[in-house]
Amino acid sequence: MSNTNPPDSGDTAWQEYLTGGGASAGAAAAGGEGAAPPEGPAAPHRVIGTPPPAAARTMLPASGDGGARPPARELPPDPDDPVRARKAEFVVVACFLLAMLAGLGFLVAYGLIGVGSVTATLHSNLALGLTLAAALLLLAIGAVVWVRHLMPTVELTEQRHPMASDAKDKRAFKETWEEGAETSQFVKRPIVRRSLIAATVPLGIAPLFLLRDLGPLPGTSLDTTVWRKGLRLMTYGTNPPRPITPAEFSSPGGLISVGPEGYLDDDDAMAKAAVIIIKFRPGELQFAPGWRPVANKVVQNWTVDNIVAYSKICTHVGCPAALYEQTTHHILCPCHQSTFDATQGARVIFGPATRPLPQLPIGIDSQGFLIATGGFAVPVGPSFWERS
Amino acid sequence: MSWITARRRHPAATYAVLAFVLVLIGVGYAVVTTGGAATAAPQATASAAQIAEGHQLFEESCSSCHGIFAEGVSGQAPSLIGVGAAAVDFQVGTGRMPLAENSAEADRKTVRFTKAQIAALAAYIQSLGGGPPIPSAAQVNPGAGNYGLGQQLFVADCAACHNFVGAGGALTYGKYAPPLTASTPTQIYEAMLTGPEAMPVFNDLTITPQQKRDIIAYVTQVRSQPNPGGFSLGRVGPVTEGLVAFLGLLLFLVLAALWITAKHGKAHE
Repeated sequence: MSNTNPPDSGDTAWQEYLTGGGASAGAAAAGGEGAAPPEGPAAPHRVIGTPPPAAARTMLPASGDGGARPPARELPPDPDDPVRARKAEFVVVACFLLAMLAGLGFLVAYGLIGVGSVTATLHSNLALGLTLAAALLLLAIGAVVWVRHLMPTVELTEQRHPMASDAKDKRAFKETWEEGAETSQFVKRPIVRRSLIAATVPLGIAPLFLLRDLGPLPGTSLDTTVWRKGLRLMTYGTNPPRPITPAEFSSPGGLISVGPEGYLDDDDAMAKAAVIIIKFRPGELQFAPGWRPVANKVVQNWTVDNIVAYSKICTHVGCPAALYEQTTHHILCPCHQSTFDATQGARVIFGPATRPLPQLPIGIDSQGFLIATGGFAVPVGPSFWERS
Repeated sequence: MSWITARRRHPAATYAVLAFVLVLIGVGYAVVTTGGAATAAPQATASAAQIAEGHQLFEESCSSCHGIFAEGVSGQAPSLIGVGAAAVDFQVGTGRMPLAENSAEADRKTVRFTKAQIAALAAYIQSLGGGPPIPSAAQVNPGAGNYGLGQQLFVADCAACHNFVGAGGALTYGKYAPPLTASTPTQIYEAMLTGPEAMPVFNDLTITPQQKRDIIAYVTQVRSQPNPGGFSLGRVGPVTEGLVAFLGLLLFLVLAALWITAKHGKAHE
């Protein structure tokens, strides 16, 4: 078609845009200016961002190719079976109309159903979700049926073209860029340029300051709990908390959750300081000699009358390990099934935990109540890098 | 049948059959795994005649495992001297005793004795060496408990094994904490008091009778709370159904994608 263009400059430009390189012969025939883009009106500056004048803009070969391949039509014009096509058309139209109705339903539901109460919000969400889902789904179904039953099923092969811009485009881009830099006064007026940079620098640094919110570093706060010498063991979960005497906590096989006196309402403190105490029959506990923890043994001097206190925080990832089987003396963590033997210093006998539950040293104060005689000897809870 | 014959070699037939069978298994499992029963607890008032009757019942039904003097048999059954009437009422009243088989956990099952017989057995065992008695009706009255306080205690000391609404949970080596949905207030009290099987003991000095009543109030009251339904993993919510729906939709989308891109080989072969 470019071969038949009239010698009108505007029309020539439009033709060249449409057919790309194939038009150069026609443009040359019209005015002989197609090869010199900067000067002639037939070849204007390309605007950055518009499609390139690629040679193969259509799938059909350009007429200026030399006619190596005849421009034969590959796609059949109509479906083979007109009856099936009619049916498919009906389905497609029905889907699209229903999608339209669902879309209208979405608008109506938005207008009619308020969000004043929880129930109304539930209904509103349900109606909006259903209508929107129906509209999108019906659109998709219609489109798929259209593609499968009305469009031809022919495999087309499209040649791949080099993606790099040609020299002409690169030159045009460079010119446009430099011209923009010049006319915007960005180069000529350094004070404007520098103040703009100065204005953006603080904004660029601002995100660095947000990093501060990652801190402060925990320091030694993971190493210790609020347990210290003299704090009473108070029942956890009762209102008000009560101190416990060994005479009360006297049934073998008994267990109860306790916390440090004065900290039971302090969730931050209780997160680390939660403790379970367990009462054993005489002879069940396997004691270690002396005052220091020994692997797989209970420190005898840290117990009172066969009552042992262990941290409730699992040493794997910190779940409350409080499932206690009084028949097997297993303490079980519900999260990952770490199992500890309460008679052997809560050593790990199964599961992913690697350390025993720390034992809390306990004693009796002057009034006969159970107290801590010190903090935990080792950090409670999950292991961490800097753990001493 | 010709409809099936015509389509069984369809590319999607395998997926359709797979989906159908999966749904069938899921629905069947859900139907099979529902059920439950409730039992009532007796009152115990010991008399000489009752103790005598209990002694006879014990010799007939219990002594083969627990020994003729209830002294226990090493490696087989514990001594019952000092366990108290509460333990007997709980174990026999929930059908756990007499034991059906030597498994990891004794299941709640059909009760083998009448209320009067259980009371007689309890009176006999109580006469052997004392122990916790059966709590009175007033002691276990849920109406006298504060279920708000009960919830705090339940979460601290019970929920680890029994789940936060008493739906039960797994322990080690086949043992499990049973669901509390069928437990009577008396049985809940007795279980705390005696620590049946692997359960720890919560005596009346550690968890006071009033606190036990609070716990009973919570356990019985929470049953009537609205339940979102489904296989809810102990009131966590219909997460399992959500997973099934998610996987089902995923399967549907995969099948749909297969269908959309399948070669439409009717005309252009």
